[in-house]
Amino acid sequence: MKRIFPILSMVTAILLAYALYQALVVAPTDALQGDVYRIIYYHVPSAWTAFLLFFINFVASVRYLASAKPSSQVAAKWIVIAVGVVGVVACFLPQVQEQLKAYNMRPSALATTVVLIPIFYFLLGKWFPGQRMDVLALTTAEVGVVFCTIVLVTGPIWARPVWGIWWAPGDIRLTSTLVLWLIYVSYLVLRRFSNSAQTQMLAAALAIFGALDVPLVYFSIWFFRTQHPQPVIGGGGSMDPRMLHTLLISWLAFLCFAFLVCWSRFRLELLHREVDEAHAMESLSGSEVHAASVSLPLNRRAQ
Amino acid sequence: MNSFWAVTLATLRKDIRLEWRSKDALNSMLFFSLQVVVIFVFSFDPLAEESRQIVGGLVWIAFLFAAVVALNQTWARELRNQVLDAYRVSPAPANALFLAKALGNFIFVTVLQALMAPLFIVFYNLRALGPAWQLIPITLLGTWALVVNGTFFAAMSLRTRSREIMLPLLLFPISIPAVIAMVAGTSAILTGENSAHFYIVLLLTYDVVFTTASLGLFETILHAE
Repeated sequence: MKRIFPILSMVTAILLAYALYQALVVAPTDALQGDVYRIIYYHVPSAWTAFLLFFINFVASVRYLASAKPSSQVAAKWIVIAVGVVGVVACFLPQVQEQLKAYNMRPSALATTVVLIPIFYFLLGKWFPGQRMDVLALTTAEVGVVFCTIVLVTGPIWARPVWGIWWAPGDIRLTSTLVLWLIYVSYLVLRRFSNSAQTQMLAAALAIFGALDVPLVYFSIWFFRTQHPQPVIGGGGSMDPRMLHTLLISWLAFLCFAFLVCWSRFRLELLHREVDEAHAMESLSGSEVHAASVSLPLNRRAQ
Repeated sequence: MNSFWAVTLATLRKDIRLEWRSKDALNSMLFFSLQVVVIFVFSFDPLAEESRQIVGGLVWIAFLFAAVVALNQTWARELRNQVLDAYRVSPAPANALFLAKALGNFIFVTVLQALMAPLFIVFYNLRALGPAWQLIPITLLGTWALVVNGTFFAAMSLRTRSREIMLPLLLFPISIPAVIAMVAGTSAILTGENSAHFYIVLLLTYDVVFTTASLGLFETILHAE
């Protein structure tokens, strides 16, 4: 695995450079907005990446919290399966389809999103056993906040020349992204300030509260007129195929970059915890063992 | 089930008696929100028409910050003499404790609101143009929304350094939809321009969702050490 890291870094660097070239040179100029619109190739991929990371954080938090008790683990498993099945079936019911049409959403797109929940749930459980699940939650929250910050900074820069205002307080997606950012910043603050051994549990609970909050934020601003363009993928917004192509390449580059950062942060955090553990062991077992056997386990293999 | 309510009632009665004798939370909340009212009057000096537009926000800012004062004291009170540890080892259901604390806070904040409402009316020359009775469900549901999450997060922030700062940091982002609903609903009723039904339903949803979530997760939080 370690050997893949430099290769992946190279690939990411090339991809980012290629995406930048595509965004600045190849992509056609927008008919209405001119060259200003090119910020979309940073704004939108960052948003998608941030939401994906927060989604992983949520799934990991649920999984971590459920793993505390065997009974809740079983319950959570069946709930997740039920959510997947019911969600996918519901997307194709005629009544729901009509509702979705009103909001310009394709049922297939929504069904794919819903089906991701159980898939992520089981894959993450397989790949990140025990404490690693919590490390994953921490990592994705941190990197997600970074990408969300990029979204919130590039958004006003783009909005100023196009809408004439920096910030539209009544806009659904602006506000819900901001609230999401606030929730995850408070999540990170909690993790930083908490001095209990159960920080992981507290943080996981907060992540679940945050996830419950986001749909409510969305509905609470329902009444306001939205200024944002319609969603491009799975929605009714239309876009030049060359622009979409560039956008997807940008997203791929950003995903690679996010993955890379998450990966190194993940390894760093694991190392941190092992060092802490070793220190704790050292102080427990007294000084005579100290010299002899306890060396910091820097070997990355599973023990 | 009977013992659940017995524990809830006993804890609630104890909290109310403590508050009745000391009046710590209520006095500090009252004085705090009074100051907010006065400072806003000085800084805006609104006409009756303007105040209808802004007072929804002012009222709830005052109550939100005042509620934090009470919420911070709920669990801190139990830390003295290791009362909280006694709760943890006792067989009493954790949710009964949570419910008692949340109800206690609800009562304190509601009393505060009842006392503050005349002051707001006097200072801002308020008269509702919409159906004024709808302010009652908005107030009750909104207060419960603040208090149920606040009690939960106060228990959470017990385990952190500088917990008095942590509570608002955790509580405010999660409360944003409730605050939006309270403020927009109150303004809708005061100005009489549109219906507040949507916001009442939203607050009800918020309350149901987060009461369920808090009751489901509180035991984990209480036993986290």
